[in-house]
Amino acid sequence: MARLLDVENLTLQFDTDEGRITAVDDVSFTLEAGEVMGLVGESGSGKSVTAKSVMKLNPSNAHYGEKTKIKLHLEDGTVDIMSLKKPKELQVIRGGAISLIFQEPMASFAPAITIGDQMVEQLMIHTSMNAKQSKELSIEMLDRVGISDPSSRFKQYAFELSGGMRQRAMIAMALSTKPKLLIADEPTTALDVTIQAQVIDLMKDLVTEFGMGIVFITHDLGVIAQTADTVAVMYLGRIIEKGKVRDVIRNPAHPYTRGLLAALPSLDDLDTPLQAIPGDIPSPLERPAGCVFNTRCTEKVGDICMAQIPDFFNVSDGHSAACHLHNKGAAS
Amino acid sequence: MSSDILIKARDLSVHYPLSGGGLFGPKPVVKATEGVNIDIEKGSFFGLVGESGSGKTTLGRALLKAAPITRGTIEYNDGEAAYDVSKLDAKQLKDYRSRSQLIFQDPYAALSPRMTVRDIIAEPLEVMGLTSSREETDERVREIAQKCRLNLEHLRRFPHAFSGGQRQRISIARALVSRPQFVVADESVAALDVSIQADVLNLLKEIQQEMGVTFLFISHDLSVVAHVCDHIAVMYLGRLVETAPTRELFAAPRHPYTKALLSAIPSLDPDDRGKAQKLEGEIPSPTNPPPGCKFQTRCPNAIDKCRVDEPMLEHSSTGHEVACHRWEELMD
Repeated sequence: MARLLDVENLTLQFDTDEGRITAVDDVSFTLEAGEVMGLVGESGSGKSVTAKSVMKLNPSNAHYGEKTKIKLHLEDGTVDIMSLKKPKELQVIRGGAISLIFQEPMASFAPAITIGDQMVEQLMIHTSMNAKQSKELSIEMLDRVGISDPSSRFKQYAFELSGGMRQRAMIAMALSTKPKLLIADEPTTALDVTIQAQVIDLMKDLVTEFGMGIVFITHDLGVIAQTADTVAVMYLGRIIEKGKVRDVIRNPAHPYTRGLLAALPSLDDLDTPLQAIPGDIPSPLERPAGCVFNTRCTEKVGDICMAQIPDFFNVSDGHSAACHLHNKGAAS
Repeated sequence: MSSDILIKARDLSVHYPLSGGGLFGPKPVVKATEGVNIDIEKGSFFGLVGESGSGKTTLGRALLKAAPITRGTIEYNDGEAAYDVSKLDAKQLKDYRSRSQLIFQDPYAALSPRMTVRDIIAEPLEVMGLTSSREETDERVREIAQKCRLNLEHLRRFPHAFSGGQRQRISIARALVSRPQFVVADESVAALDVSIQADVLNLLKEIQQEMGVTFLFISHDLSVVAHVCDHIAVMYLGRLVETAPTRELFAAPRHPYTKALLSAIPSLDPDDRGKAQKLEGEIPSPTNPPPGCKFQTRCPNAIDKCRVDEPMLEHSSTGHEVACHRWEELMD
């Protein structure tokens, strides 16, 4: 597989009334073409802003770290996303090579413009198609995502569609420009389970068909297990564990990932009481020194956890965790 | 065994009038819940599951007399007081309000930002006149705060200083301070992160066991319900379709909808992909429900009878009741 995306040392801070807060801290990951990477974390872990950075979609009070590098490898060359400034330049990625699906499909369609007009508009901007071709492709895409009677849906407004239908239309719109990279930010969270199952199936089919890379953001480890190839777990702005989905879910190496899995109610075992991770997620204004998880960790090695940010240590092939527990060299 | 029934609802229906409608003929209504029979045992943790629009919230509110009851009866009997909740006079209603309480979904919206935590928790006592002096109120507030694992110093602060999990504990303390017999928890953990959710669920369970409170736990998340509840009722489009003891329901679900709901939960096992039985389509609009069985539009096993004849919840001595014409033949 060919490399599609390199994110290196992404650091992102926001200026707020209460001071400058760090939302993402030195995050690096890569994505191959055709790979689905799950980005998991709880609220405030920085998973959404990480993904939005790839499209430079963060608001104007955002400051990127100096060492931040985001490179998108396309067939006709590599795009250095951090160097893009003007809206015209950003068009190459926004809606062009990269599409984004938001969590709330009601809020992501303009309420006063028909679904069809919105789909045609973006095709006219990002492709060389004319209005007629755009319309044909849009209706075809609506059909592809399982919307019945696509030509009459094309003329409807977002409020006339149900939640599941809107999310399908959103997916159709995002894929109609044939993006190389799709960022899906909690695309199934607002949906009921039976509809969620349909949308997950649909997305899996489309990956096979279009072969793009997907960054799939969710807080639901079950959804990740069902969709992703690799997974990165985030906590308080840092990636703390990454690897293949099977490895991370079966043999979680970081105490946070372990805690997260133990806190998840499982249907296979109704007898074991749920184990909560003690304490609360610290406010981003009070980021702990050392390992960010040290305020809640039950497996602390010692003072080093409070003082030094752990590096990534390999647990198995392609599976690593940022935790001093796995620093075999230092133990001696 | 205590098989005292705390709440016994018969033919409980809540219809909301729709605007518009012709000059002649009946006003159109939404049948949010229709013909529900439900028995909630004293001291139990009763789960109510369904997708959005299934009427679970309306049913919960009707049991609290917080929704207009169109038809049917609700017998309430906690040993000290007994009423028909659908026909309470003003004095009885006031008493019933102190015996029954509601915990909301969103801990960010449910607490007034202008009141201290102490005042928030004390408000029910003051409004209902349950205590005779400020000292007594403070005593009750401190007692319940401790049970809900809130520090006494927290009581002086305002809600904005708390995280989601802490806020939900404050909401719980407020609901319990009047020492209710019956508490409706409406999606009380849906807004919380997984690591916090487990903590709140464990707290609710503890309270149920220690204080003997009967809970109606409304949720869309079957795996959460499976872990805390001892009896579960499944709703679809305003009807109860199946009710059973938790283990029974998960071991041998009878209604096709329950089966589909169970298999739609994303499995944590990455090798278990795509085996699930997927439901087609979406929940129909309650303004225009299909004739016959309400599930027939999506049911993989629907026959002609299902399209005409609405199945009733069959009474059974085992407590496992189902509303489906074909459940017996579909069991093997």
